Order: sequence, then structure tokens, then C-alpha cells
Amino acid sequence: MKYNLSTIASAIPPSGIRKFFDIVTEMENAISLGVGEPDFDTPWHIREEGIYSLEKGRTFYTSNAGMLELREAISKYMLRRFKLEYNPATEILVTVGGSEGIDLALRTMLNPGDEVLIPEPSFVSYNPCVSLAGGKPITIPLQAKNDFRLTAEEIEHYVTDKTKVIILSFPNNPTGAIMDRDDLEAIAKVILKHDLYVISDEIYAELTYGSEHVSIATLEGMKERTVIINGYSKAYAMTGWRMGYTAGPAEFTQTMMRIHQYAIMCSPTTSQYAAIEASRNGDEDVAMMKRAYNQRRHFVVDAFRSVGLDCFEPLGAFYVFPCIEKTGLTSMEFANKLLKEQEVAVVPGTAFGDSGEGYIRVSYAYSMETLKLALERIGKFMEQYQ
Amino acid sequence: MREELLEAIQLNSKLNTTDLAVMIGANEADIAKEISAMTKEKIICGYHTLINWDNTHFEKVTALIEVKVTPQRGQGFDKIAERIYRFKEVKNFYLMSGGFDFTVLVEGKSMREVALFVGQYLAPLEGVLSTATHFVLKKYKDFGIILGDEKKDERMVVTP
Repeated sequence: MKYNLSTIASAIPPSGIRKFFDIVTEMENAISLGVGEPDFDTPWHIREEGIYSLEKGRTFYTSNAGMLELREAISKYMLRRFKLEYNPATEILVTVGGSEGIDLALRTMLNPGDEVLIPEPSFVSYNPCVSLAGGKPITIPLQAKNDFRLTAEEIEHYVTDKTKVIILSFPNNPTGAIMDRDDLEAIAKVILKHDLYVISDEIYAELTYGSEHVSIATLEGMKERTVIINGYSKAYAMTGWRMGYTAGPAEFTQTMMRIHQYAIMCSPTTSQYAAIEASRNGDEDVAMMKRAYNQRRHFVVDAFRSVGLDCFEPLGAFYVFPCIEKTGLTSMEFANKLLKEQEVAVVPGTAFGDSGEGYIRVSYAYSMETLKLALERIGKFMEQYQ
Repeated sequence: MREELLEAIQLNSKLNTTDLAVMIGANEADIAKEISAMTKEKIICGYHTLINWDNTHFEKVTALIEVKVTPQRGQGFDKIAERIYRFKEVKNFYLMSGGFDFTVLVEGKSMREVALFVGQYLAPLEGVLSTATHFVLKKYKDFGIILGDEKKDERMVVTP
């Protein structure tokens, strides 16, 4: 039978990560540093709350936007952590992970042909989600010399009269780069000048090292044009619960809600109960995990530098993004050769966009023992390039 | 740095100064100096290995003993406490609030050995009013670590 499928959906290329995943899974003894999620279990008091909700038989749909109690907890959290006020009744939407929020925001903002600026390297779903929403993704290759921060000049270079939205994802996956207040102020001026909407993916906001995360929505003139994407996956080690949320002006949120109510109905009820507990009583767990990541971050950056690979200091998330250009290999060749010769899996930078060429993403969401062993092997691998 | 250093070695006392310096982002010599200072100040009192004896063929019995005593004039609980905690069989020893005075954790090779210790040495001590011995049947968790918990990394090997 000949299947006549959607042209837009069929045009989406397979994930670069997926291809590499298939190779790694064939190697039983490989040490993987390729995982984009925490190694910690969800803290027990949060899991226990989920279990309790099941015991109580709380297994029904919730309101489409998510339980009001949860939205109120999120609103308080946003105020406490980021000094941002959002009305839980109209400006917060509970989604199925941050990923759904990205899709909803794009579908809400875009008309066919609208251009969306995507600084790369970046999380893998922005590009396809823009295309699926009928928009045109325009990538801005970020520069290592700027520590992979986005500059006003770069936006100016890529903006056109069709540009409608810019996606920001800082702290960044895969580079670990952050944008501090000065960096954000510089780009906010250009965003205002060109009257762009902002989708700010702040899923790693809790994981910054040395300085507190600043949300672009706190800058003057930004909140009214920004949808923040956040969630519980990274900060509370809750990836499998699929708990995300968006915060933004009611005009965006209510339209996103309409798509969400028909596509999803509501986020999983058990996860919502667990998320309430996380928002209210999870600060210490976040601090504990962040301390552990920070220790590993120091170790991994130091280890890469000592085997002769340039590695800029990532100030957020749980990734390092070392440059492998000196080996003369492409990112994919490096990853494949390292896997074959030393059985260590890292993700080629190109899985996160063409501008990731020359780099590899290494996750440090692993125990120190695993990291030590993996970095020893990478050290051995690098001996041939000294 | 002190708090971070203590938390790191409390979890893993095998970390050497090189590792600790990198993890904490400090100078190796400073780490060594700080550890030595804290040892002198009796903040670091020793290094301990957590062993799950249930997984060996060696017999080990642990008992928790509640002890009521009469505090002594001018000495409070300290004098009688010292007479108890100096026994080598006593592994942990705490002064408590509530219904009894001391918690004594005793380890022995058999229940009989522990019972003998209580009967021959602990209970007859002057000032000891009563003892209640509870034997540990199974240790699930010690020093924050779940014993026998084989943690497998169940994450998919590569994810975005």
C-alpha cells in the first residue's frame, strides 16, 4: 500500500541522537556519558506523594490547565526563585514535560511562513517543532569565542521582517552556557526593537553554578512578550513523570490552553500531586543535587583540559562541551572512534545542530566513579593525538 | 570550603586530596591543610568503612540497649556514661531525652555474647537502674546507605 503522509511531518529528519543511540545500544560494556537526564532518583518524599495519591484513588482527569493547587504552588515558586509574578488562574499552564510547552508556544505564536530564530547548538526539538507549526526555523550559530552566549549583533544579523519569535535556551543543553543579566539586557534591546516574541526554555534554571539564574522575563518590556518553559525534570530529577509548565501572559496561555485541552486533555494526575510536593518542599533536594553536579563539573572540566582538549567552563546544566578539532576528526568520527576504541559514548555536537561540529557533548549526570573511569579511557584515547 | 569538604568526605572518605581539590575547586595544598586542621580540632574523628556483614559468612549480632541510670551528684551523666562507653563491645552510645537515659549499641558474635555483656558488665554497674535489650533482626539502612540496594542505571544510554 502506498501511504500518502503529511508532507511537513515526512520532511522531518530523523534525530541525530537516535542514530547514535542505536550504535551505542549494540555495545554492552560501553560507558555512556550521553544521557540528558539526572542520575538521581526522584527524592523519596516526592515519590511517596505520588504513591499516596494513587492509594487514595486520585486517578481522574484534572482541570485542563492542571490542578489549581499546583498552579498556585508554581506561581509561588516563580516569585520566590525568579521574582516573577504570574496569575495561577490565567497565566500558568501545566504541560506534559517542557517539550509540550515548546510545541504549544510555537503553535500559538506562529502563522505559516513566520520565521523563528534558534540559537544553536540547542536542544533537538526546536527546529522540528517550528516546522510542524508552519514556521521557518532560522538558526543562529553561536560562537565558542563568546562562550556560546547569544549576542545582540548575532540577532541583528539574522533578523528579517518575517522574524516573529526567538527561542532562548539558557542554561543551555548541550553547551552548558548561561546568559547573565548584562547579556540578556543587550539582546532585550534588539528583541524590543524588532518586536519579537520570546520562548525562553528555562528547564535548567535551577542548575547554575556561581550565579543565580536570571530570567529574561524580569527585564523591562520582556514579560509581556515572553513564554517561559520550565518543569520538574532536571531540577527535581523527575524526567519520567513528564511534568512541565509554561508561564506567560494570559493571551498566550489561554490560546495554548485550547490546543492543550484538545491534544492532551490534562497532564498525568499522579505526577501533578508529586509536583505539588516538589514545589513546596523540594528546595533542599535541588540544592543537594546541584552541589553534587558542581563537584563533578569541576572534575570533568579539569580532566578534559588535562588530556589536552579545550573545554570552556560551562556555568549551567550538567553538560560540558569540549572542542575536539585538534584531533582532525569530525564530531561524529570522534564519537564513533572513541566508542569503538575505548567503549565510551559521548554525543557528537552535530546532534544539536551544524554549529556543534568540532565539539562533543559530555553529560556529567553520573557518579564520580563512572566519570573517573570514563575520563581515564578518554585520556588513553587522546594519547594518539599528543 | 569546610562544609563542602566535610560533606564530600562524609559520603566517600576514600577521595584523595587531588580529587577533592578538583571537585571543590580549591587548591590541593589548602585541602590538605584544612583536613589536617579539622583532624586536630577533632572535627574529623576517624574514617569508617560501611560493611554489610549479612553478606559475609561471619556472625555478627547487633543489639540496641535502653539503659536507665541514676545520675551522680556533681557529675551528672558523664561519669556513669564513661564507665559504659569504655567497654569495647559498645559501638555507639548516646544520652537520650525521654523514657530512658542512654542508648547503647552493642555488637557481638552471638546473642549469647551480647546477653553475657549485659548481664555481667552493664546491668550490674553501680548507678544502672534497668536495661532493655532489643536485638536487630535485619539492617535495611546504615549511615544513609540502603544495604543490599543494587542500583542499576536504568536510563536509556543516549538521550537528548
